[in-house]
Amino acid sequence: FTQNEVAPHMQKWDAEHIFPVEMFTKTAALGFGAIYCKEEHGGSGLSRLDASLIFEAIATGCVTSSAYLSIHNMCAWMIDSTGTEEQRAKWLPQLAPMSRLASYCLTEPGSGSDAAALKTTAKSDGNYYVLNGSKAFISGAGATDLYLVMCRTGADGPKGISCVMVEKDTPGLSFGKIERKLGWNAQPTREVVFENCRVPKSNRLGPEGSGFGLAMRGLNGGRVNIASCSLGAAHASLLAAREYMTVRKQFGKQLAEFQALQFQLAEMAAQLVSSRLLVRQAAQSLDSGDPGAPAVCALAKLHATEQCFDVCNRALQLFGGYGYLLDFPVQQYLRDSRVNCILEGTNQVMRMLVARDIIGRLGDA
Amino acid sequence: YIHIINKADMAASKGLKILVGCKRVIDYAVKVRVKPDRSGVVTEGVKHSMNPFDEIAVEEAVRMKEKKLAGEAVAISVGPPQSQETLRTALAMGIDRAIHVEIPLAQLEKLQPIHVSKLLAKVCESEKPDLVILGKQAIDDDCNQTGQMLAALLDWPQATFASKIEPSQDSKQLRVTREVDGGMETIDVSVPAVVTSDLRLNEPRYATLPNIMKAKKKPLAKMSPDQLGVDLQPRQEVISVEDPPVRKAGAKVESVEDLVGKLREKGLVK
Repeated sequence: FTQNEVAPHMQKWDAEHIFPVEMFTKTAALGFGAIYCKEEHGGSGLSRLDASLIFEAIATGCVTSSAYLSIHNMCAWMIDSTGTEEQRAKWLPQLAPMSRLASYCLTEPGSGSDAAALKTTAKSDGNYYVLNGSKAFISGAGATDLYLVMCRTGADGPKGISCVMVEKDTPGLSFGKIERKLGWNAQPTREVVFENCRVPKSNRLGPEGSGFGLAMRGLNGGRVNIASCSLGAAHASLLAAREYMTVRKQFGKQLAEFQALQFQLAEMAAQLVSSRLLVRQAAQSLDSGDPGAPAVCALAKLHATEQCFDVCNRALQLFGGYGYLLDFPVQQYLRDSRVNCILEGTNQVMRMLVARDIIGRLGDA
Repeated sequence: YIHIINKADMAASKGLKILVGCKRVIDYAVKVRVKPDRSGVVTEGVKHSMNPFDEIAVEEAVRMKEKKLAGEAVAISVGPPQSQETLRTALAMGIDRAIHVEIPLAQLEKLQPIHVSKLLAKVCESEKPDLVILGKQAIDDDCNQTGQMLAALLDWPQATFASKIEPSQDSKQLRVTREVDGGMETIDVSVPAVVTSDLRLNEPRYATLPNIMKAKKKPLAKMSPDQLGVDLQPRQEVISVEDPPVRKAGAKVESVEDLVGKLREKGLVK
């Protein structure tokens, strides 16, 4: 599927900034729209490990599309795991086939890593919340239909945050300009603005004050998924470099015959395979309900996104001058995978989480 | 051994029972390597998948079911234990159940279309399909024999290299369009019949995740050549398998006269 329906279009989607909704519909028809949601309402009922394999495979054809697919899946799961029967029955049958698309809204202009300091308010007004504030860097904004918004219903800090679902054409919901980015061009990224936006309280996911916890639980899987996208980028880059090295000759020899370059490939393989094992381990820890899973997910995201970006960077170097041309794919894998070190929790936040886990285990056997 | 349908109108009946053959072969994208002892090609650790023409056959059977021309579609594979994966793919595409005729590894390399067609003929005796669809040829041996041999063994009509299968005008037969060297030939065949699929018959679907999961629960029966009473003694002996000769450099000529002169020299033109 990736070879036929995704990879041939990767370059065009990047150059022309096309958000490939049609391709997503085909992906969903294969069962990839709600991979780890229960089958009851159209999910595929598979594991996080299965999802990791799927995102990695699709990312070899287009990192950006795989990343959006993973965000959509994360949102579907949040509704599937926390929603009421009514909410699940209403939304999953639309999200699973990707006839409606979802976005995740946590980050604000004033709060990225310090996510719990978010300021978007949701004031109670009868059966409604009135939302005011703005979200930044929202993937898919403007093109998607359902926004899972983390907003403040209570006091300061994480315990005052709830998750509210806002539908696209709700009055008071608007979007900023489409951001111009280094990569992820096959996906619109915009500010999402709420101005006295009235949302029914029945759109709240989970009880008031549970929003931050839900957002963080969503991110655990999201981190495994985004790391899986990095794996796909590195894999494709490594294969491309290998092929190039058997074709390009200098000094009368194939590049593949130079030991220094062979060592590059070997090191890239070590980076890729070790990352892959760690990501799959993290996926399995989520599947088995391991209480230590969040830390493993952070560790996997940290390691894989950095190592895989380096693999893409090395692959680009192996291509020499051609690597720098937009006609060759490695530069796109590089640009698209760079942001994986930043979003879903910067790798600095990942370090915080891992360190906290390590120190917190002092005294464990 | 003829099995005639007592149906006045095929379209009104419960639908044809279809048996589809699938062979597990080295994947088309793999760079095949000859074994150092030249006894064959390297298959260990190499990616295998369903023969592309068989995928087309499976797709056609599933489409005929969807059009209500067929009632039940059964997939069959003659091969090693791993052929079960091939059958699961067929099940995931929409086939109802599968039969695996397992061939022990020792006899696998020497398996020939004559053996496979005899095994299939035996299965047809018990399964009594109305239509057998096979890929026109396997991409590993390119024999293009099994379908034809099977039809002969069963004394059934055959319609090979099919690019279209539909009910005949009176709905009592199948109208098959065949791709032949001279163009396209359309024939009507009565059922039961053997049809072999050609490239343009259809474009196979991707197996969806839910169907892949469902396929795990569909029935898959195992059989052995002994049970079917077929002897697998090889009729042929492979002497050696070699790489095609390395392409030699050509020569450039300056003019048409030079070209004609060179062609004459090589005795290619009088």
